Amino acid sequence: MMRLAAVAAVLLAAPAMAQEALLPYEVVGEAIPKSLTGAPGDAERGRAVVVKRESTCLLCHSGPFPEQHFQGDLSPSLNGAGARWSEGELRLRLVDAARLNPATIMPSYYRIDGLTRVAQNYRGKPVLTAEQIEDVVAYLKTLKD
Amino acid sequence: MTPAARFAIVIAALPFAAAALPSPAAEIPLNERLSAYEDMSRDNKAMQDDDTSNPGILAVLDGEMVWSTPAGASGRSCADCHGDAKSSMKSVAARYPAFDAAAGRPLDLEQRINLSREKDQKAQPFAAESKELLALTAYVAMQSRGEPIAAHEDPRLAPFIDKGRALFNARQGQLNLSCAQCHDDNWGKSLAGNVVPQAHPTGYPIYRLEWQSIGSLQRRLRNCIIGMRAEPYAYGAPEYVDMELYLMWRARGMKMETPAVRP
Repeated sequence: MMRLAAVAAVLLAAPAMAQEALLPYEVVGEAIPKSLTGAPGDAERGRAVVVKRESTCLLCHSGPFPEQHFQGDLSPSLNGAGARWSEGELRLRLVDAARLNPATIMPSYYRIDGLTRVAQNYRGKPVLTAEQIEDVVAYLKTLKD
Repeated sequence: MTPAARFAIVIAALPFAAAALPSPAAEIPLNERLSAYEDMSRDNKAMQDDDTSNPGILAVLDGEMVWSTPAGASGRSCADCHGDAKSSMKSVAARYPAFDAAAGRPLDLEQRINLSREKDQKAQPFAAESKELLALTAYVAMQSRGEPIAAHEDPRLAPFIDKGRALFNARQGQLNLSCAQCHDDNWGKSLAGNVVPQAHPTGYPIYRLEWQSIGSLQRRLRNCIIGMRAEPYAYGAPEYVDMELYLMWRARGMKMETPAVRP
């Protein structure tokens, strides 16, 4: 009986254990000024994240990706994103754009709460990791025109 | 603070509260509605238009066989009771999902076919998305080709249309999207190279080139739900039927195209 209870406790705890806690961040105005990881991202890796299909960016956005045949136009081009927004503004737009506009179609790429009916294999996981967010921020900063 | 003063503050705050709320997606005006047929390439349109090249017709022909084959303990075929489907089933699919008094809720065409199979033919119901069920559904729905989709005015359907609409507008999944964000707000645009359709279910079951097979509206809804990284419902779930009903109501008056071809 004791063992059964212990097994049950482990089973119940399993999803919680799989759920990696998000790193805390501070929103200042319309920006997250500080790196989520405390370290700067890598622009080259960030470009690779943006064009990867699972990242979902190019479903809606286009940008300077001549090798990518399938790009979307539901949302603004990423060209010039680094001129339009500061690093901190880019970071908040990636982490939780809904905070700026609740009706936006832009998913919150670093958020796990307040979501409904998330598929089992994605439950408790942000779309992108903190490292990936920083890499994408570093890449978008380079898109000056 | 006096109640009057409090009231004044509430009134003053209202415009800001309204601005902060998500703007609800507007339904597409009736005269701006388009079948996804219009978004297709000339080749795909030609494939649908010509019954000798439309791969959905193969399912229709299979369905015609099922229609006239006796099944179950009753030893009866669909044709034994319903006669020639060309007249008895004309416009029927355009009225589905329809309210079923025994179930107390709407059933879609596949569910209605399976109900008759169980109750009248005393046969095992077909499995969801099985070749036989899709074939028979396609055969029945083909008898509505060119007919306008019904307005679904049965008052008993109203609460289920509302449920379907709520589901269509609800955010879901890891990507936190609603159906309406694409199909009401962004139709006609390119989602990674694919035209976002208005989502009118005019031609189900459809032959989808991506599937290389014929499939139901529930299968198509499931595809989008998985794309949102949300948990799909089980086939036959009331949520799917409510969404099917809402989508058919939304497409009221548009012409049935079964079996449609889609990319």
